[in-house]
Amino acid sequence: MEKAIKKYWPVFLLPTFAAFVIGFIWPFLWGIYLSFHKFVTVSKTTFVGLDNYFSVFSDPTFVSAFWFTAKFTIVSTILINVLAFALALMLTRGLKGTNVFRTVFFLPNLIGGIVLGYIWQILLNGILTNLGLPLLALDAKYGFWGLIILMCWQQIGYMMIIYIAGLQNVPGDLIEAASIDGATSMQTLFKVKLPMVMPSVTICTFLTLTNSFKLFDQNLSLTGGEPAKASQMLALNIYDTIFSRSGAQWKGIGQAKAVIFFLLVVAIALVQLYFTRRKEVQQ
Amino acid sequence: MTKAKVYHDGAVSGARRAVDAVMTVLLAALCIVWIYPVFLILINSLKAETAISTTSVFELPTAASFVGLGNYIYGITKLNFLSSFCYSLIITVTSVVLILLCCSMCGWYITRVPGIFSQAMYLLCVFSMVVPFQMVMFTLSKTADSLRLNTPFNIAIIYLGFGAGLAVFMFTGFMKSVPIAVEEAAMIDGCNALQIFFRIVFPILKPTMISTAILETMWVWNDYLLPTLVLDIKKYRTIPMAIQYFRGSYGKVEMGPMMACIMITVLPIIIMYLFCQKYIIEGVIAGAVKG
Repeated sequence: MEKAIKKYWPVFLLPTFAAFVIGFIWPFLWGIYLSFHKFVTVSKTTFVGLDNYFSVFSDPTFVSAFWFTAKFTIVSTILINVLAFALALMLTRGLKGTNVFRTVFFLPNLIGGIVLGYIWQILLNGILTNLGLPLLALDAKYGFWGLIILMCWQQIGYMMIIYIAGLQNVPGDLIEAASIDGATSMQTLFKVKLPMVMPSVTICTFLTLTNSFKLFDQNLSLTGGEPAKASQMLALNIYDTIFSRSGAQWKGIGQAKAVIFFLLVVAIALVQLYFTRRKEVQQ
Repeated sequence: MTKAKVYHDGAVSGARRAVDAVMTVLLAALCIVWIYPVFLILINSLKAETAISTTSVFELPTAASFVGLGNYIYGITKLNFLSSFCYSLIITVTSVVLILLCCSMCGWYITRVPGIFSQAMYLLCVFSMVVPFQMVMFTLSKTADSLRLNTPFNIAIIYLGFGAGLAVFMFTGFMKSVPIAVEEAAMIDGCNALQIFFRIVFPILKPTMISTAILETMWVWNDYLLPTLVLDIKKYRTIPMAIQYFRGSYGKVEMGPMMACIMITVLPIIIMYLFCQKYIIEGVIAGAVKG
């Protein structure tokens, strides 16, 4: 069987592999290579060793983008997961209209980041003006909370769906047993349901962490990094460094930022998976 | 859940009914808040350009400011929004079809022919899912340019390359649970690998195909950065590019047509969603459980 299939590898494997090399492997390796070089066009590069990496940390826009992103990621991950879990609990009680609620809450997730950003820009600027406050693009504090609201609106429905699937898999007899033993509904929630849905918690925190950390489209359309790059997140900062800043050194520094960004994402993913996997219980 | 109710006495279930009623009202109110942003864009897209300002954004259109579908017609004709719609459609359809076909074949091969190469390919796919796009965006756009993969008609190859990770991962995940017996029987009956794949494996993969198709469609249709970097913005504009171009271009932003274009973008998505809701939600759950 194996041999007979193996003969056909050019048909089965080659198209995907070739595209994968073009679309991922080659750009990835080339990107690492370029991060050690100074260049304006890719045909003429000079090796500069780790200079680009040192320059990254002395670039104040990168440092401020890092802290903005870190704060944003923590706040949005906690808010989204707590709210999504609360909604999932309410929607698994068998209330009237559960299907309608679920449909509505999930809807924003299908709208793309750029469009979402403009929808909220119009809405939030309207509210701010009517309250006599500065517009989103004029104060990074409002930009930050605007992004948080937007992110919650978009992601809560998605995470809620995953939590609902998890809650529906909790065996009924476990909850029954807890209630016979005299557990209050709070005890049932924290001692039975929550440990049983830990796999869903792992997935949802992983998704919200990485989505928030890598956020680009929403950042670009809602605030565009204004005012003066104060609401710029890491992904937008890298884009801005590579494509918009004038000066021969910036492309190489931007690519070095991208490598650091990649390492941060991998680190977050690994640490998070390690910690939440430990808390999962075997069914 | 329902079994647990048996052990509540009358008083408790009465309290529970009250709690349920409060929750239903609360959720209904939250639903209205949830749809309101889209509703706001809808009412403003029907106003005249001069009547739109940040202070009056919450007012319903009046007889004086109502322009009917004027903004929509303007957006579609003057700003060439229809061509953007077509480009987005072409790119999404070709990319998703290509991803489904190639990655299902690749996923089957990887599970049925274990070996160093298959293992390496699988690990690379998993790895590629973690890598942020910013890491490869600059070099990818250069690569696409030099290979002339920069039109809406062949950008699908780039999407296959960057989207292969998730798709191969989903297909191998499913194939591992499919017993090999039927395929072996077909082999004994004289089928070659291609016949086995298209006649036997392909139909079995249908549920995974639907889930993967939904996840990849949601990604490609809404993707902004990849087409912006790869395509020539003067010639080809996908929907997200066109919407962003409203703001990025010089001069005053025409808010009315912009909101009309947002509505034209959002409405098909909402209609599609209402019809295929079951598949979309199942697709999301399948993708999440595997991821």
